[in-house]
Amino acid sequence: MNPPAIPPARAKGASVIVVGGGVTGLSAAWWLARAGADVLVIEKGIVGWEASGRNGGGATHHQSPLFAEEQRLWPQMDELLGYPTEYQPKRVRVALDERQMEELQVGVNNTRGQGFAVEWLDARQVRELVPLAGDNAVGGAYFACGGHANPQRTVQAYAWALQDLGGRILQHTEVLGFTRLADKVTAVQTTAGAFACDQLVVVAGPQTGILSALLGTEVPVTPARAEMIVTEPLPLMPIGGVDGNYLYGRQTLRGNLAYGGGPHEWLPVGRGSEATRPSSPMARNIAKRLAELFPKARHVRVIRSWAGIIENTPDGRPVIDRLPSAGNAVVATMSSVGFGLSPASGRAISQIVLDGRCGFADLSSFRLSRFGNLAPNWREVLGWVPPETETDHAGAA
Amino acid sequence: MARAPDVRSTAGKRLPVREHVALLIIGAGPAGLGAALEAARQGVHTVLIDEHPVEQGLIGLDIPFHFGGRMAGRSASAMERLVEADPRLAEAFEAGVDVRLGVAAWGLFSPRDGQRWVRERVAGLSDGQDAWFMSFDAAIIATGRRDFGLSFPGWDLPGVMGVTAADAALRRYDAFSGRDLVILGSGIEATGFAQATLAAGCRVAALIEAADAPLDAEGCAALGARGIPVLTGAMVARAEGGVDGVARVRCVKLSGEAAPAEFACDTVVLAAGAVPVVELLDVAGAAIVFDAARGGHVPLIDAHGRTSVPMLFAAGDCAGITPEKTMDPEAAAAEGARAAIAAASANPEAWPSLAEPTTVGADPGMLENRLRWAAAAMAVAEADTPVCQCEEVSLADLLGVRPPRYLNRDQPTMRARNVTTLGGDGALNQDQIKRLTRAGMGACQGRRCREQIGALLAGATGTALAAIPLPSYRAPVRPLPLSVFAAADEDPALSENWFGWFGIDGQWTPFWELAESKDAEGMP
Repeated sequence: MNPPAIPPARAKGASVIVVGGGVTGLSAAWWLARAGADVLVIEKGIVGWEASGRNGGGATHHQSPLFAEEQRLWPQMDELLGYPTEYQPKRVRVALDERQMEELQVGVNNTRGQGFAVEWLDARQVRELVPLAGDNAVGGAYFACGGHANPQRTVQAYAWALQDLGGRILQHTEVLGFTRLADKVTAVQTTAGAFACDQLVVVAGPQTGILSALLGTEVPVTPARAEMIVTEPLPLMPIGGVDGNYLYGRQTLRGNLAYGGGPHEWLPVGRGSEATRPSSPMARNIAKRLAELFPKARHVRVIRSWAGIIENTPDGRPVIDRLPSAGNAVVATMSSVGFGLSPASGRAISQIVLDGRCGFADLSSFRLSRFGNLAPNWREVLGWVPPETETDHAGAA
Repeated sequence: MARAPDVRSTAGKRLPVREHVALLIIGAGPAGLGAALEAARQGVHTVLIDEHPVEQGLIGLDIPFHFGGRMAGRSASAMERLVEADPRLAEAFEAGVDVRLGVAAWGLFSPRDGQRWVRERVAGLSDGQDAWFMSFDAAIIATGRRDFGLSFPGWDLPGVMGVTAADAALRRYDAFSGRDLVILGSGIEATGFAQATLAAGCRVAALIEAADAPLDAEGCAALGARGIPVLTGAMVARAEGGVDGVARVRCVKLSGEAAPAEFACDTVVLAAGAVPVVELLDVAGAAIVFDAARGGHVPLIDAHGRTSVPMLFAAGDCAGITPEKTMDPEAAAAEGARAAIAAASANPEAWPSLAEPTTVGADPGMLENRLRWAAAAMAVAEADTPVCQCEEVSLADLLGVRPPRYLNRDQPTMRARNVTTLGGDGALNQDQIKRLTRAGMGACQGRRCREQIGALLAGATGTALAAIPLPSYRAPVRPLPLSVFAAADEDPALSENWFGWFGIDGQWTPFWELAESKDAEGMP
């Protein structure tokens, strides 16, 4: 007897489809595959190609309910994944004046409040710990927790580890829409055809807004461009995770200084704008602050800059939640702070998909319902709009 | 009601621009000078910049060319030598062009989504001591060419250099320190340089060509008449030497027949192919296409040299390397002049949208050459031969998509991955492979290895060269010390509103202070 014919969409589908091959989506898919789920990741470009692979690589997010899990997981990630992430523990924050010193207080309190050790440093201790620091350092803080990893290597590690567990990744494939039956999503329509699913995770960075709107509940996000610079390699400092002077970043294991910070540029909302990520003259302003942070590196050459597109929610905090308008869909955005938290956020998403709730952290502050009364013109109200151009004025006249 | 724009965003931030010019010409080779002289005739206020003479530190990094330690340093008289080497520089100066030597353009910016805060068309310039912005009405990019790098065991020794570097050292700087040469390649660049260097009193031991017949048959015959052998179907299998660099090379027949030939030499000149220098055009956002008839990745242009970015023109080798331009500098000069005429009356509001590329002709063998040299490089590579010298990435590392040596790269999982499995996951992308292997990520900004890596990836996987996307260029396209690159003049509005990240109120509020499920505080 012939087996019953399988509908084509079903044949290509998966138990769980993850839309978005960024760091959070890949981690979620990898955790799902670890739990035995049949997973397919659909990615419009290359895995980790956008902000997931273009950030500072930091992993010290004491404000987050996922912080403790972030700290627990990172030291194990190379072994769990089977590929190097370049994770390095520890973080030093350097202050160049009394105001910067005061501003360290919040992070120190938050971190200590969760049971992690932090030590205040005086100027001499900073210079001992950070050979590139100069006489302008007034003090700092040493976090025995936290750390940093290589974003590009890490996203690929998640992708490869997922494949090693039997998960599939479809790159260069764009999601066009969803097929629904009652309040369930039954298939994802893509440029490569339809893919059936039992459960759906939408974690598509800036596109999360548009894709969730197609499912009946728009996650409010708006994209912005931010940029970083990198220098030629220098001898390694004992701790690479050094930041301060309103910059974020790290010394890579190769020795390069990779740092960013400063004004972001809000982008027009809509498909396509995410592709625009030129690095701008702001690179020079980052360089100015990096030379101040590390006076002993003033001679080092800047060899590259780059930019990434990151989405934010109106309060700058993540959403990880089920969509009220689609019972089998989970949406997630980390609101511009996703890379370092990815081991924990992916695990949380996988638990919400499989168990209905996150078992290791209280994610009530990530609920979508907090935006229930959001004004439709919230971006304009917040001023999160692109700089005006002369063309805009011509259009208005 | 709408509030003011987010003060922590770029909105309202001003870019300090030091000077303005009607026409900026970048590059004082034949095309740039042709453009400058025509612009002067048109009465257009013109600044002509050229990165030469290049400071010693950059020469040591093989920037802008692969000097390979065979150019004596920038001397006090380098500037005068450059002016002597090309009388048109003095002509341009006398015609009223503001000629600035030793000034490099490291970036090119214009308003577009993502950098709308840049309100004007500006070039980032540097003289090595200082960096600043110059705005312009129109710019002609005439940045020329550099060399297709080629790896073999020992190619990282001093004395292995590109023919464009050797030619600049010999003819422009009068500072070429090679005496006994072996030249890779048999095209017009190779034979032309051989003749020039013979005239300067050097010795040429041999020309080595991977193809089965010399490319410039006439030129090779002329060299043959002077007793200089041209080995075809051959490759340098190894360059050997000591602290002073190359002392001898061993060459092999690629067919495996015949005994290796050995030549004593202090310099190996790579003339295996030329590459249009499109860095600034890519940074500026100009559409780049792959056109084998123009030498590889080149800007999309029309007959006047207009690129896809309003008021940006390209002329000379950076707009496409053709045998005609290589043979006759007047051809490049004419291109420059055409661009200058078009620039004089150009209107950014009426900029034509460029059609798909119309190729200037048939591929003169560029694709075949690159793939043949890449195959030759793969044939002679040894386990530790670096493809990327800066980051010490070997061919095996590149094709194995292996992480750098300072990481654990011997897990069975990692060993199971390679460029073929990666290609199976989706189209090959050189930037992705760069991020994983670090090949091309070093201080020379990929000048020695970028096109070679593309050809090696294409050859090893059977992918069409044109199907591998251009690895992106990023400002600064010239390595600049932090102290030079750092913005000295900064808009106070930017200084006052600089923030480490987005500066969203409450983004760093610890989760335990957030009340459960109430509307986010302060939300519109």
